[in-house]
Amino acid sequence: MTLETLSQLKLSNAQIAWRAAQDILDGSYVNLGIGLPELIAQFQPEGRKITYHTENGVLGFGEAPDSGDEDWDLINAGKKPITLNPGASFFHHADSFAMVRGGHLDLAVLGAYQIAENGDLANWRVGQNGVPAVGGAMDLVHGAKRVAVMTDHTTKDGKPKLLKACTFPLTGVNCVDRIYTSLAVIDVQGEKFILREKHKDLSISDLQSLTEAELHVVGTLENFDVPEDI
Amino acid sequence: MVEIYKSLADSVSKIQDGEVLMIGGFGGSGSPIELIHALIDRFSATGSPSRLTVVNNNAGNGYVGIAAMIRAGMVAKMICSFPRSSNAKAFNEKYLAHEIELELVPQGTLAERIRAGGAGIPAFYTPAGYGTEIADGKPTESFNGKMHVRELALIGDHAIVKADVGDTSGNLTFRMAARNFSPLMCMASKNSIVQVRHLVSSGQIKPANVMTPGIFVSGLIEVPNPEQEELLVRKEAVHQ
Repeated sequence: MTLETLSQLKLSNAQIAWRAAQDILDGSYVNLGIGLPELIAQFQPEGRKITYHTENGVLGFGEAPDSGDEDWDLINAGKKPITLNPGASFFHHADSFAMVRGGHLDLAVLGAYQIAENGDLANWRVGQNGVPAVGGAMDLVHGAKRVAVMTDHTTKDGKPKLLKACTFPLTGVNCVDRIYTSLAVIDVQGEKFILREKHKDLSISDLQSLTEAELHVVGTLENFDVPEDI
Repeated sequence: MVEIYKSLADSVSKIQDGEVLMIGGFGGSGSPIELIHALIDRFSATGSPSRLTVVNNNAGNGYVGIAAMIRAGMVAKMICSFPRSSNAKAFNEKYLAHEIELELVPQGTLAERIRAGGAGIPAFYTPAGYGTEIADGKPTESFNGKMHVRELALIGDHAIVKADVGDTSGNLTFRMAARNFSPLMCMASKNSIVQVRHLVSSGQIKPANVMTPGIFVSGLIEVPNPEQEELLVRKEAVHQ
């Protein structure tokens, strides 16, 4: 498959976020990673109450404030200004990561450079050069009841990001439960990638050619049902 | 007893060369800009304190606060989780020139190491970082079928933090998410200096509203209209 065909076919970041948002249950406590996963909050389905956690000590934050209304003591872990929803709370960093490591969050969604079929995640540095920065990712991948990843299915030059083994430095081992990509929804179970949903215009073998590790089908395989106009 | 300082210069006078200094704040939120700048002014005038080990989540932004300390050449080592910001040039240049050491710590581990330091727990096990380069050289152990990494407590010789209201007993409240690491750093440091926006008499903060009890606080100084680091960075303010 050419890069051009691939880029026409794949879901936009907003569409991946929409798909991930559909799985977040009413009443959940959720941490959305800086970058792509943050988009998920925009697509929270009507009627569900979801409480968002951010590492720097806020539970129950809402949308960004209007320009001019920013309060720089009220920011998220990405250092962006936020607002509060009714029922919000503030706490110090040790309590914040007690929520994370202690299994109190229902879901954490992170970005990824690479994911291995055993659930290993690499998302914090691409080699030994430059200045490393890890933030809260290594804690988040071991604390939340479910850990999901949101990513393009391949790198910009079409190389697989879903691998037999990660080659970049790891964020955590055996930690990813579900992967939302631009072409598929994949679960990690028993150290295998289980294909759950795929783009309707892609065959399993097309998808396999863009995935280094083997894709398994167990039970029913669905096609994506994602709105076109987002 | 809590010392009430009258000048910023006095409040940071005990910090010596080579010591461990914990600095509150997460990015700009909670950053004690006035205390940091008082320390830089002392270094500019006297050459001390130098060779500091600084503990903060980040490693400074722009030309103010911790970034200005790094530019001034006062910092030998940063212990932080995320030495990246909108303008992290100060740290990046020193780091890539091997002029500053970095101990990179996952954010939750950093918080817990500081909490442990304040709580008399010398070490603890966490799942964070197991199987990654962060765990290199550290003891590991399986608990409940899951592997964990041993991490050591962090203790500061000093902490400098920003709070909202402080009373003369040292009790503190913090404003919104400006709380972050500051209560932990006050616990974990032998000399905790707090700049407060409002200094009130003992009893003026209701006991139920105290966020950090005064037992963790060594000294207070009132700074009624503190600068906000994020706004200073945005207008490219420079402290040198």
